[in-house]
Amino acid sequence: MIAYAVRVIAKALVTFLAIVTLVFFFTRITGNPIDYVIGQGITQEDRALLMTYFGLDQPLWLQYLRFLRAFVDGEFGLSFVERRPVTEIVADRLWPSLQLLGSGLALTLLLSIPLGIVAAIERKSWIGNAVMSFAFIGYAIPNFVLATFLILIFAYWLNWLPVVGNGTALHFIMPTITLSGVMIAALTRFTRNAMLDVLGQDYMRTARAKGLSERQGLFKHGLRNASITILSVIGLQVAGLAASGNVVVEAIFAWPGIGDLLVRSAIQRDYPVLQFGVIAVSVAVLTVNALVDIAYAYADPRIRLARA
Amino acid sequence: MTAPILTVSDLRVSFGRHEAVKGVSFSVPAGRTLALVGESGSGKSVTALSILRLVEREGGRIDGGAINLFGENPVELTAIDEAQMRAIRGNRISMVFQEPMTSLNPVLTVGDQVSEVFIRHRGLGVREALAEAKVALDAVRIPEAGRRLGQYPHELSGGLRQRVMIAIALACRPQLMIADEPSTALDVTTQAEILALMRELQAQIGMAMLFITHDMGVVAEIADRVAVMRHGELVEDAEVSAFFAAPRHDYSRRLLAAAPKLGEGSPTAPPASEPVLEVEGLITRFRLGGGFLRAARHFEAVRGVSLTVGAGETLGLVGESGCGKSTLARSVLRLVEPSAGAIRLAGRDLSAMDRTTLLHARRDAQMVFQDPYASLNPRLPVSELVTEPAAIHGVVTRRHSRELAVSLLEKVGLEADAVDRYPHQFSGGQRQRLCIARALSVKPKLIVADEPVSALDVSIARQITDLLLELQRQEGLSFLFISHDIAVIERVSHRIAVMYQGEIVETGPAAAVLFSPQHAYTRRLLSAVPRADHRSRAAPPPAPRTVRIADFAGADAA
Repeated sequence: MIAYAVRVIAKALVTFLAIVTLVFFFTRITGNPIDYVIGQGITQEDRALLMTYFGLDQPLWLQYLRFLRAFVDGEFGLSFVERRPVTEIVADRLWPSLQLLGSGLALTLLLSIPLGIVAAIERKSWIGNAVMSFAFIGYAIPNFVLATFLILIFAYWLNWLPVVGNGTALHFIMPTITLSGVMIAALTRFTRNAMLDVLGQDYMRTARAKGLSERQGLFKHGLRNASITILSVIGLQVAGLAASGNVVVEAIFAWPGIGDLLVRSAIQRDYPVLQFGVIAVSVAVLTVNALVDIAYAYADPRIRLARA
Repeated sequence: MTAPILTVSDLRVSFGRHEAVKGVSFSVPAGRTLALVGESGSGKSVTALSILRLVEREGGRIDGGAINLFGENPVELTAIDEAQMRAIRGNRISMVFQEPMTSLNPVLTVGDQVSEVFIRHRGLGVREALAEAKVALDAVRIPEAGRRLGQYPHELSGGLRQRVMIAIALACRPQLMIADEPSTALDVTTQAEILALMRELQAQIGMAMLFITHDMGVVAEIADRVAVMRHGELVEDAEVSAFFAAPRHDYSRRLLAAAPKLGEGSPTAPPASEPVLEVEGLITRFRLGGGFLRAARHFEAVRGVSLTVGAGETLGLVGESGCGKSTLARSVLRLVEPSAGAIRLAGRDLSAMDRTTLLHARRDAQMVFQDPYASLNPRLPVSELVTEPAAIHGVVTRRHSRELAVSLLEKVGLEADAVDRYPHQFSGGQRQRLCIARALSVKPKLIVADEPVSALDVSIARQITDLLLELQRQEGLSFLFISHDIAVIERVSHRIAVMYQGEIVETGPAAAVLFSPQHAYTRRLLSAVPRADHRSRAAPPPAPRTVRIADFAGADAA
């Protein structure tokens, strides 16, 4: 198990290095940042001076090595716009984002796994149909539409919930629902399918033949097998949320998070912030995926023993 | 005759509109074994699931009849509620299923799964239940029972897994154990051990057994009484000695006649001729695991095999699962790339060919696979299916492919009007005929048939082997015929090769290998074959004290 965990972490590190490399080269592809940031009205001498100052006159491979060195000394430079260290800027924004992601994930797990199990057991009754209809509707509504409806009803008409910022617990309600809506719908469907799949397996018949009730069989024999499928879906979903879901939700609710920061720094061509922000998000995604991989091995002894 | 433990009277079960069991009655006396036999779809498994009232879960409905369980608390099983039924399942009546791998939960330890029954029915705590589980594993002679408690099903061999299933079934010393094809998925030597174990434990506990099987050899080994089912009806119910001596019902006679029996003789050998296939020193190695940050290990599935198949000759390759016979079959045609060795097909060196030449050369050798359901594309009509190899090799033009299809169907005994149908409209046996027709479409010199009759009922299997023999006579075909079933091998082979752990341990004319086997493994294989002849049943051999070495293979792999 420990050997397996070490391998998972080693793999994550290699992936991380690949991401850093991609981020570096992709930002260079877009051209010389000086031309975008300063624009017209600068003399050739001043331009050359700036190039030297930012190290942009050096060969690409040397720039890349300097970029990598930043990870050693923790020096990622200053924001073009704010003139503050990017590490500081990103750190300020990362925590609110993680809070939102955490509450969204918690809500998803609390709702969708029980709902999925109910939908599987009650698949022939109206209850199962109702759950699946809700899941379908949830899946079909884009998050920005959901957010607009929530704001219209709970903020504009009822005046119950605040729309902007992250000051109190009440501020979390609408962004969390918006963020997790699609994920709840998707995971409910996946949980139901995984459960149905498991319910038809031979070992569930064995459990019945042993004299276990449907419920005992389900919780002891079914859920753990189903969790293997469910876990992999959670891993994918979280990656998707951190990468894109957050951006939309934070923009709508003016949540001072990293998604909002990334969009703004991209528009302002604030490359240092953009680079470091993307890297920070990918670290979060890689961490979650590594945790899912380890949980996966915990749930499935075949993986644990085969790969150890 | 002792008092019955279970009587089933006029049981009727249906699935939707389909009546699967149509008024079946029988009884099982205490301490004795009733074998319920029949071909697939005869309703024998449905009957078993109905006794445990598990058939509703699978979509069936008990329409009528009574199932009485006697003993201290007589009860009519169709009349009680689900909670009462649960107290009986796994306790007074237990069940062992066919496939031990899928019947055990892959993510729970053996200890968890065995102790569960004690917790459920004996009200024991977890620790006491685990101690009982160890006793239960000892009782079914699982070596190192204490260590096994912490292992998972995939770490055990097939035979050990089935022993675990039996331990679960016998945990509460049931009055009746239902066994649904419990040895069908096992190798013949493992099967012999499991059957001996079941007989011995039955004598110890004094329970009744309802034993479901399609294999007449197994019936002869284990049953006291035989009930034959066909199309949901019971056509014959007789003492086993009377049944084998003189089956009364016409269908029983046909079933017995179709059952493959050792010693029926092999086809006469063709005159010596140029070999069609020569294989020398073939080695096929598989890479295991390996990849990122991990060294690869290698497993040799085929270890230096040499064989020849003459023109018009059938070489039967027999061996147990995992011995490498399927890998050998695929390696011979380079469907799996061998690591070393020479292959000559129809005088040409196959092993040295580049890919394009190899594709052309494959015209001379075609394959027929085990599962006729999985090996036919369900979206293609028969006319295209059976002529596809011919089209690929440019043997037939589009215009003439239909005529070719009709003539091929005729050769394999199918009606000409079948050309426009799709695979799902055919039965298993007919599908296998289609696969054979497809192989014949390019007029190959050699057909490699990998377990071609193992998925079929015995009477159908016999028709298919007869067809292959007939085709060989007409077309002078050579066969490399692979099977785990020695009786089937005997029926078709001129020469037999016995494979064990990647090597051919014995090869020779069929009669010589079968009647004076030289290698110890061949002798063990032959002695394990259940004979469909009640008189041949000796006194039950003492069940072996330890399990054969191969049963430890799973533990090594962990």
